[in-house]
Amino acid sequence: MSQSTAVRSPSAFSSLGYRKGRDRVIELFLLAAGLVAVFTTVAIVFILFYESSFFFEHVSIKDFLTDTMWTPLFADARYGIMPLVAGTLTVTGVALLVAIPLGTIIAIYLSEFAPHQVRETVKPILELLGAVPTVVYGYFALLIVTPALQKIFPELPGFNMLSAGLVIGLMIVPYVASVSEDAMRAVPRYMREGSYAMGATRLQTALKVVVPGAFSGLAAAYILGISRAVGETMVVAIAAGMQPNLTFNPTEPAATITAYIVQVSLGDLPHDSVGYQSIFAAGLVLMLMTLVFNVIGFFLTRKFREAY
Amino acid sequence: MSAVAPVTLAEIRKGLAWRKQLDKVFVIVGLLILLLCLGLLAVLFLDLVIQGAPRFGWDFFTSFPSRKAERAGILSPMVGTTLIMLVTVLAALPVGVAAAIYLEEYAPKNWFTGIIEINVTNLAGVPSIVYGLLALGLFVYQFDFGQSILSAGLTLALLILPIVIVATRESLRSVPKAIREAAYGLGATRWEVTKDHVLPYSTGGILTGLILGLSRAIGETAPIITIGALSFIAFLPPSPVTGEFPFLNFEWLKSEFTAMPIQMFNWISRPDQAFQVNAAAAGAILLGMSLAMNAVAIWIRYRFRKKINW
Repeated sequence: MSQSTAVRSPSAFSSLGYRKGRDRVIELFLLAAGLVAVFTTVAIVFILFYESSFFFEHVSIKDFLTDTMWTPLFADARYGIMPLVAGTLTVTGVALLVAIPLGTIIAIYLSEFAPHQVRETVKPILELLGAVPTVVYGYFALLIVTPALQKIFPELPGFNMLSAGLVIGLMIVPYVASVSEDAMRAVPRYMREGSYAMGATRLQTALKVVVPGAFSGLAAAYILGISRAVGETMVVAIAAGMQPNLTFNPTEPAATITAYIVQVSLGDLPHDSVGYQSIFAAGLVLMLMTLVFNVIGFFLTRKFREAY
Repeated sequence: MSAVAPVTLAEIRKGLAWRKQLDKVFVIVGLLILLLCLGLLAVLFLDLVIQGAPRFGWDFFTSFPSRKAERAGILSPMVGTTLIMLVTVLAALPVGVAAAIYLEEYAPKNWFTGIIEINVTNLAGVPSIVYGLLALGLFVYQFDFGQSILSAGLTLALLILPIVIVATRESLRSVPKAIREAAYGLGATRWEVTKDHVLPYSTGGILTGLILGLSRAIGETAPIITIGALSFIAFLPPSPVTGEFPFLNFEWLKSEFTAMPIQMFNWISRPDQAFQVNAAAAGAILLGMSLAMNAVAIWIRYRFRKKINW
């Protein structure tokens, strides 16, 4: 681009030795920037373990895993993570019941059936929807979806996991659809043509050839969707309530792991209290849950990978 | 297969007609579901704007949050968000671009580079609230930055780092090899090739990635709550620019803060109906900002693509 290299008059600073030395120094700086990513991962793991180690000095791991009550902020504090995990899984389940079928059907439609013009218009919109702040979705869940659901089910409480789950589901539909569509587009054309040549219709080709062929990509899309639903914070903190509740019934209010972390952060507990340190233990469980889903996803993707 | 009784032509035709019918049904179902999802979201966004409309006005932008809903405004959250974004850009842009240059132009293909790459991919999937816990433990307590604009900005910078790195790498990769080889042929060193030839061509892609990252960061609420954003701040941080030498003031970095999404969250959580109107107005503005940033990113990508002819 710039011509300065060519016209610069020879001087001590343009000697090859100087320039090569400068290259080495710059390379080290660039490497240091690359290491920030590694450092971040290490720091996340370290901080979660280090801070929750104080928590586990007070609470035995057995109580943490088996107690059915989570009341760290009460005088009679109980530290069983199960209610929070149940809340997280219930909300995630509702969200996936919405997102996976709708996302997959939209992806099949866009990839195999939609006219070029429709796909070119819809794809950027799907990507644009990913930028909507999640606190805005929280507003929808609490103030629009819950009142609407209450017209159908009058006894639904104002805070409930159903509406939070439905909104999270709707929120990740564009994401699941977009990633799944990419996976289906990557299935080579000749496989579809082979199927058509055997007399299959478009729908048969889509369901029997393209979907199985893209299965590893679809699994990856679903896992990404699950990770987002498990880690989603604002929608549940706003709409699902802050009360830990060991139930899998979505029409009840219940806190999730993420909502609990927000609840404690908003309060003014001192840093060295057990209640405060419990958020790091909760964060550790959240991290391990996402990790488990990602490992499952990794093996699914590997098992069903089709090489073309 | 062969054990099946012979099929007549009429039966085949009937089956084919049925299967073709199914095709048409699916096209309609698919289109309906697509329109339903997009339509539902459109209705929700429209409702947000309509609900918030009564509050749009000059006063809303120039007032501090208040206990009286109709006098409350978004001055301090807007200033807070702007300053946090400033820190985020200053941290994420150089680190992200440098990391991408290293991975794309310098790194040898070995296990060590592999580790960095796996890390970047994995970080993109870490829930944002975990970044908040990281920042709480690291920036607030270990480094003692406090519950400040600096902590918030650095947290969001870490959060969008993978987005910036991936976008920059893609953009660097799209520069043809011939450009690099021509520069090497004239005796340029690797850094000279990168700085004078590859980077200028990649500017569009890098800017697009940065803006997309910022549009994500601007709406992030959870990590900022975790490090301790306050929801009621009726003062502004010290001004970054002063009238006296050296004209710059870094006190604001240490200041307590609030931000747009925090303010919206606070207003949603209040039972009073009047505050929910404020929440809708703040949400509409937040939504507008993040969509506008996306539009700018798409526009930049388009402009740069048009200008370059390999």
